Amino acid sequence: MSTSSYNVIGTRPPRHDGADKVTGRAIYAADFQMNGLLHGAMVRSTHAHAILKRVDTTKAAAFPGVVAVVTADDFPQTPDRIVDLGEGETPVSHLRGNVLAKGKVLYQGHAIAAVAATSLQAAEQAAKLIEVEYEPLPCVLTAVEAMAAGAPLLHGGDTNVTAHVHHAMGDSEAAFAGAAIVIEREFTTATVHQGYIEPHAATVLWNNDGRVNVWCSTQGSFVVRDVVSCLLDLPVSAVRVTPTEIGGGFGGKIPVYLEPVAALLSKKSGRPVRLVMSRRDVFEGSGPTPGSMMRVKMGADADGKLIAAQAFLAYEAGAYAGGMVGAGAMCVFAAYDIANQTIDGYDVLVNKPSTAAYRAPGAPNAAFATESVVDEIARKLKMDPLELRLRNASREGTRRADGPKFRRVGCVEVIEAMQAHPHYSAPLGEPSHAEAKRGRGVAIGYWFNIGLPSSCVISVNADGTANLIEGSTDIGGTRTSIAMQAAEVMGIPVDRIHPAVVDTDTIGYTGVTGGSRTTYATGWAAHDAAQDVIRQMKLRAAKLWQAEAVEFADGVFQAGERQMTFAELAGKMSETGGPVVGQASVNPRGAGGSFAGVIADVEVDTGTGKTTILRFTAVQDAGRAIHPSYVEGQMQGGSVQGIGWALNEEYWMNPEGRMMNASLLDYRMPTILDVPMIDTQIVEVPNPAHPFGVRGVGEANIVSPPAGIANAIRDAIGVRLYHLPMNPPAVAAAMGGQK
Amino acid sequence: MAHVHIPALLRAATAGREWVEAPGTTVGEVVAGLEELCPELQGRLVCEGRLVRGMAIAVDGEISSMGLLEPVDGETEVQFIAAISGG
Amino acid sequence: MKKTYVSMQLNGEPVEFLAEPSQTLLECLRDTLHLTGTKEGCGDGNCGSCCVMLDGTLVTSCLVLGVEAEGRTVTTIEGIAAGQKLHPLQKAFIDHAALQCGICTPGFIVAAKALLDQEPDPSEERIRLWLANNLCRCTGYDKIVRAVQAAAKEIREEKQA
Ligand code: FES
Ligand code: FES
Repeated sequence: MSTSSYNVIGTRPPRHDGADKVTGRAIYAADFQMNGLLHGAMVRSTHAHAILKRVDTTKAAAFPGVVAVVTADDFPQTPDRIVDLGEGETPVSHLRGNVLAKGKVLYQGHAIAAVAATSLQAAEQAAKLIEVEYEPLPCVLTAVEAMAAGAPLLHGGDTNVTAHVHHAMGDSEAAFAGAAIVIEREFTTATVHQGYIEPHAATVLWNNDGRVNVWCSTQGSFVVRDVVSCLLDLPVSAVRVTPTEIGGGFGGKIPVYLEPVAALLSKKSGRPVRLVMSRRDVFEGSGPTPGSMMRVKMGADADGKLIAAQAFLAYEAGAYAGGMVGAGAMCVFAAYDIANQTIDGYDVLVNKPSTAAYRAPGAPNAAFATESVVDEIARKLKMDPLELRLRNASREGTRRADGPKFRRVGCVEVIEAMQAHPHYSAPLGEPSHAEAKRGRGVAIGYWFNIGLPSSCVISVNADGTANLIEGSTDIGGTRTSIAMQAAEVMGIPVDRIHPAVVDTDTIGYTGVTGGSRTTYATGWAAHDAAQDVIRQMKLRAAKLWQAEAVEFADGVFQAGERQMTFAELAGKMSETGGPVVGQASVNPRGAGGSFAGVIADVEVDTGTGKTTILRFTAVQDAGRAIHPSYVEGQMQGGSVQGIGWALNEEYWMNPEGRMMNASLLDYRMPTILDVPMIDTQIVEVPNPAHPFGVRGVGEANIVSPPAGIANAIRDAIGVRLYHLPMNPPAVAAAMGGQK
Repeated sequence: MAHVHIPALLRAATAGREWVEAPGTTVGEVVAGLEELCPELQGRLVCEGRLVRGMAIAVDGEISSMGLLEPVDGETEVQFIAAISGG
Repeated sequence: MKKTYVSMQLNGEPVEFLAEPSQTLLECLRDTLHLTGTKEGCGDGNCGSCCVMLDGTLVTSCLVLGVEAEGRTVTTIEGIAAGQKLHPLQKAFIDHAALQCGICTPGFIVAAKALLDQEPDPSEERIRLWLANNLCRCTGYDKIVRAVQAAAKEIREEKQA
């Protein structure tokens, strides 16, 4: 079925929250106001690794305007247990220890105490009066150092390695022996941050009826509810979370940082308390996503068929277990059909903030390694790099080393679209000056769609419109892409649906806005809820017409000669039995998954080492693009984040574990001046597991850009870089080594 | 008999076998059957009635939302994979 | 510390408020005057989400003190639409999907308006140069540039008509 057989899907209607967001009316977390609001301030560790000998809050508590002061001791000290609250399984002690350190600080920026006062100024001044006595410990900052014998241990025991994942199929060692070409290389990537423009913020009122009300910026309101209730030892029903508008997340607003602390402050003060992170807090106390060391070895026969591959991946977990290496190990060779594979991944504690997901977490690192090696194989074999990829592309039935076989996926179609794209055959053009060199690179990448539950309720209005409520916080226009799926089913224009994202009391459990699942899973719930509406409306029409069977198509109910539009029938709701409310909750399997690729043209200034992106094309399989503008937007946003990761972004740590560039001036995210227009091409290989064929598109687009740019730089200067970011000094040094 | 993919790290318990056939109509039953066949797997996949930490189940290539209750039949492939979340 | 009395023109209306000497104009707008459309992304002049017009000049309000606004004219995102009618930039941002999360949008619209008020037909390069202090992490900027171009065209056509 082509998109044109739909009325709503595939169109580009204005988003429902557009007017609010362009006029400044939309309420984000830090905008939320309340009578009697107190302002909070946090005390954060100045050491990367230290024993907390003493935390003395006496002076702060006595400061004028201060109403409450809390430390980790204020949490109920429930016995430790493992919980799964939407961020994977974690010991409660880790969740608790990350929001307020107890006994030991594990990274610079680790929260230690918090103050609530009648003004922000008073809270900040009082926070400075909290005396913290540290006994510094040696710190360890990279996965490789942390795995070495004798490394400082973050959580005791005998190793910083918290998990070893191992996948194997076939016999890679034997297969390498028979390969015509074998390439083995080592890669490293720096720690990077998700970089959402809105800092974390939360307001909590512990009400006099014992209920805890939270208003915050989160990717998952139910995750916040579950974490707050868990850490405060309350039943989940005691906590109500209202998600405000959210200013970006990319995975970094799944973890919960401020809400439990604001709740403690509110409990002590009896008043609502707001906590807002500064940009420095965001860098030092939230996110980031892992730096990594990877060794990848791949072998091919003389025809370019990949026959064996091995990967060793060591990813930073940050201060607590549960990093991103598991997904990295699943994705490292996912794009290719390779019979013999061995993959080892290590999740390693280091004295940096606990790592968080960042758009296809773990995959861009791995793809940087794999796609660089694949590029080198293509060069050695003098094969077109896309031809080599096509020859080995994963398709339906291809087995990944971690076990599962792919269902219908669009890897082949993405590569073919890249080959056919005019960009791929366009001349590179002449360098802009004598010192400049140009090159082109390609790369591909894969990311999953996770499933998780979603709920949706649709109430029909007598004027033929409908109100749709759901629980997925809208970070990039998903209200509209979800409403469009309901509108398609109900046969009405999407502007007749009024979607709203509501609080955790008001809608059934809904998983995070993440894992490329929102348009996919909550859209599915909307599809099912809309079908429920239509089912009920058909019964109403049958009653009205005394008809046996009523048909519904394109917004019209019909029985024999009789017809009624959706709006006409909606106008007769009260006389046919009262309100019509459709609802659905779904818990789909994670399904589909999306492949994406990039073509990147760069110009490298061989004098300075600076790389300029000249032209950039992103291709991605969307399954079915519900709202193509927002699919393109995801592709463009992911591409530019990938460009930042490739060329500039990094946590720049001194040996004591202090981040030296914790500002948006020094942590260099791409500006509008750093990038060209980002061409997009949407490929549509419908996902057989979704009613409309949707594949989540939020993440796969960041996987290949760093590798594609690395390959383009190699093409330009004849030297390959093995470390991200490939900033001017690094490129200049690589060329120097060549000379 | 469902076809169960044994994670590489646990293949010592299956004498190196990558795939083991085990009876059952749900993933939970299949795991119980598997543990009977390969006692060393006890506690490695399921512990106290729950999947072990960090693990998820894929059935025929798709991540299962029902975990141990997921129905299986004779053709089903069952894999134990790393739990992922995504950004 | 004693607060200082400040009076200024805000979005066409006179306002009076008290500011602590250290309070930024951004804080005064948001916390004292409850106009929260102007956003804080960094607090140190590096993200542009707090852009406002001060006496017709584009400033990052996190780097201006509230007391400095005394006697001056301030325009924020709340003052860009003409009553019910969205400014062409606001409409173009919606039509061109130039916002995803929308946190950067007020800053971009105020900054872009400052450009178009002076230069009705800026080149792509000029638009990028002008907006280089406004960070957006969601869109990759492509659709923002196109929205500004489309709005510029519409404003020019409106003027001709
Ligand atoms: S908040 Fe003013 S520039 Fe970022
Ligand atoms: S739309 Fe999110 S930062 Fe620009």
